[in-house]
Order: sequence, then C-alpha cells, then structure tokens
Amino acid sequence: MGSIDLENLTIKKTHDHLVRGDFSARELGSACLKRAEEKNQETNAFLEIFEDVIEAGDEADARIREKKKDTPLLLGIPLAIKDNILIKGRVVSCASKILSSYKASYDATAIQKLKQAGAVFLGRTNMDEFAMGSSTENSAFGLTKNPRDVRRVPGGSSGGSAAAVSGNLALAALGSDTGGSIRQPASLTGIIGLKPTYGAVSRSGLIALASSLDQIGPLTKTIADARLLFSAIRGHDPNDSTSLPNAKNDSDKKPRTVGVPRTFLAQGCDPDVLKCFEATLTQLKNRGYEIRDLNLPNLPYSLAVYYIIQPAEASTNLARFDGIRYGLSAPAPDIAGVYAKTRGIGFGREVRRRILIGTFVLSSGYADAYYRKARAVRELIRADFDHAFKSVDAIVMPTTPSPAFMFGAKSDPLAMYAEDIFATSANLAGVPAISVPSGRAERDGIALPVGFQIIAPHGGEGTLFAIGEDVENLAL
Amino acid sequence: MDSRELEKLKMLARLSIADEELQMLQKDLGAILEYISKIREVRTDVGALLMDEHRNVFREDEGPHETGIYTKILLQEAPNHEGSYVKVKKIL
Repeated sequence: MGSIDLENLTIKKTHDHLVRGDFSARELGSACLKRAEEKNQETNAFLEIFEDVIEAGDEADARIREKKKDTPLLLGIPLAIKDNILIKGRVVSCASKILSSYKASYDATAIQKLKQAGAVFLGRTNMDEFAMGSSTENSAFGLTKNPRDVRRVPGGSSGGSAAAVSGNLALAALGSDTGGSIRQPASLTGIIGLKPTYGAVSRSGLIALASSLDQIGPLTKTIADARLLFSAIRGHDPNDSTSLPNAKNDSDKKPRTVGVPRTFLAQGCDPDVLKCFEATLTQLKNRGYEIRDLNLPNLPYSLAVYYIIQPAEASTNLARFDGIRYGLSAPAPDIAGVYAKTRGIGFGREVRRRILIGTFVLSSGYADAYYRKARAVRELIRADFDHAFKSVDAIVMPTTPSPAFMFGAKSDPLAMYAEDIFATSANLAGVPAISVPSGRAERDGIALPVGFQIIAPHGGEGTLFAIGEDVENLAL
Repeated sequence: MDSRELEKLKMLARLSIADEELQMLQKDLGAILEYISKIREVRTDVGALLMDEHRNVFREDEGPHETGIYTKILLQEAPNHEGSYVKVKKIL
C-alpha cells in the first residue's frame, strides 16, 4: 500500500482505488482513523471517533473480493455522522448534557440505507445543541474550529460534519438542515452542502428540532459526491409520515435561467461576499445562462417567520426530554420538580431560550398573532417561490451574508439568527437548496471561502447538481 | 415581557431557570419578540391561503410486533425502572 492521500480523495476516486486494489477498505479505515485522531486535537470536529471503523473495513473488503465489478460506490467508505442521527448501539447526544450517554435503540432510515450500501462510520460529529445555532458554539462538549482558520467558527449547526470534511478527516458526512444548518457550515468551511426537498430523505431516526423544516443531507467535497450520497439516502419511508413518494426519473433538462432576488440581497450582506456572488453570476452568464432579476415580496419576512415556527415546533418536540424515559434525570422531591430541574440542568442556554420563545408564541392569547400568523406568511413565501419558478429554473443567493466569523463575535442571539437570513426560506418552502464554494473573501490576511446558494423547485435536486457542477468548474 | 409573564412561561415549559439568568433572558426575549413581530406588517387576509398541502400519512393500524421484544433495550435508557416498567414519582 502506498500512502493514502486523504486530502485529495473523493468518494468516487476512493471507490476506484478500492476496486483496483490500490488499498483495502481496512487500510483506508485505518488511515482515516489515524488522521481523524490526530486532527481532531486541532478542530474537535468529532465528539467520538469509532475505532471499529478498521474492522468494519474487513467486511467491505470481503464484499469487494466477492464481486469486483458490481460493488456499490459507498462500499467501505468511512463517513462522519452528525450527533443527532441514530446509529443503533452508539451514543447519540445532540451535543446536549440531557442526552450525554443516551444510546440509540435503532438505526435512522438514512443510516440503514448507508449500511446496506456498505458504508462504514468514522464517528459522530459535534453540533450546536439540538441543532440550535449557526456556529457550533452552543455544543455542551466544546467548540469546533474551522479548519480554514482555527480562530473562526465552522458555522452550524452541522459544524462538526463540515469541519470533518473540510479538514479531510472524513471523505463525506451527513448533517441536518432546519434553517441552513448544512448549507451555512458548508459555506463557511468551503465545501458542498445539500438540503434536500422536504420529505425526500426520511426523518426517521433524526432527533427532531422542528419537524416541518428538518431534513438530513450530505456535506461533501464535490457535487458528484453529494449526488451519490443523496441517491443513497433518499426514498420513501413508511416510518416518516411526511416522507414523499419515490421520485420518478429526475429530469435531465439542462437548466438555463436563474433568478436573483436582488433587492433582498442588498440587506446586510458584506460587500465582498456580494462581489463574489456577482462574479459567479457573470461567469454563469458567460456560460450561457440567462440571469433574471426577481421579486419575491415576502422573502424579507422569512427569518422572522422561521424564528416563530422553529422555536414553536422545538418547544413541543423537546417536551419529551423530562428525565423520565431516557437521558439525564435530576432528583427532586416531586415529579414536577424532576421535570423542571432535569430540563433546567440538561438544556443549555440557547435551547432554554428557544423553548421559552416557542412556548410564548404558542401560548393562549399569543398563538394567533405569532404562530398562526407565521404559518400564513409561510404560505405566502411558498407561493412566492412557486410563482418565481414559473419563469426561472433556479433561484440563486449567497449562502451567508459574511464569511466565517471569530469565536464569540455573535453573542447577541439576534446577530446569530441573522446568519440564517438567506437560508431559512428554502426550509419554509420545503424546496431543495445547495451551497457550492465560489470565490473568497479576505479577513485578517486569510482568504476565507464564500458559498454560492442555488435553490430549485420541489424535487429539483437534479437542477441543483447541474448548476452546481457548472459553478464548481468555474474554479473562482 | 415582564417578569410575571416570564415566570408563567417557565412554568408552562417546565424549566427551572436561575434568577440571575432570568434578567438576561428577559432582555433577550424582548429583543427577539420585537424582531419577529415584524410579520404583523404582512397582509394575510387577501384571498384564500392554501394552508399546508402537507398532511400526515398514517400507516394502517395492524401487524403489531411481538409484545416485549423492544422492552429491554428501551428500559436500558430509562433513568429508573422496576421490572418491565418505567418508575416515576407519584403523580398526585
């Protein structure tokens, strides 16, 4: 075996090496493990690294030997998994003290599918507690650092998954995206991040943040890998009541027209991020795309709508953590005391804040003005997208208003929430969106990656990959 | 949001919160509520809104699993149990 060059390997390239016998899955697992253990000291991308990834490689090697030609692309590929996705028998903590030693009693459907495809698991990655945050600073188990500049956050909430892939600790990862939690960290660490169409990937076995918004999706180094991982985990699942029927053949129609909500973008976006975005647009135009200005009148309300619906759903979903059936339990003289004390100790500050907001917007006397109103505006946003997609194949925006920021820079909750300004609308409308690195913005002498976001109609992942590949090839 | 309201929310959410944190929370929640209140500007009384084309799809209520096959693995995660029951403090 020559040395395994993890910095330059993608899933596809690795698969070719494995089939050719350049190295075995066992050797690959052991190389990944060694690098992950070393590099994790710097970035803390993983909360736990699975040492049995080496033995798991043996099974993959046996399968490769059995049938050389017909081996699934994910066979023997070590993946990093966000700490809110269940792998049977492993701890899954949501980076929260309330679940710090909780062991999953079953596999998430996405994990089941990956296991069937022969993928192996390298570890579980750090995140903002219960996926609430945009910097991974809200983890109960320490900060994760951005491999592009360790003084800066990797984004969040899937910050550990993004740092693992960006730092070449893992070939690819799964994250979850409720309001940008895959795309924003992908953007801040310079990789690809896909939020699929709502219902495309089963939510069974994903610990819920906000059930009407959550989706599992891939974080990868290339569009080809994102496509591959998405194909492996998608599909109808009777265990998820909002799972979509299996997609018919994806359209291979080449997208031609992209729309830009320019007036919306002018709000609060760093000038050099906007410049990167415009440069990408110019290049796409040179490649034959038609660029159209669009007006989605309700888009400016998406962040406010999101920060009503998401805490409302979170406060209901998190009611199950009460110290009775699983997780932490704080002793108290009576049962009401057990509930309140367990939750008070077990949940971190941001989680408590959002539970209170959610409780407020759902409470008697306020539910009409906040929660029900937000649902109505959500429908208007969805209608804006439907209308826009009549005239364009995709809508494009920057993924985030600024590149990776310093630790502690956004201690004001509203400043942190504003990080999601361009991301939440796709979750509210249920449409798929992807972040692709395009251009750089310099901060303190370091050229930091900037993400270009593409949003397509429901079921339009094929469009995202087609445009994404063009952006990838611009190599800006 | 005044402190009486905050106390009520704490109770509704079954959350114990230290007094020194309450003050800061009051300030944060105030700012967040002010921000999210901007949705009031939007007119939602125009035309019929298509609310929620998504609906839950339930499976048929049939084919139950064999009683007890998941009991052990689930009880292992319960903080307190006795036999095959989760043990709780008295409710009344």
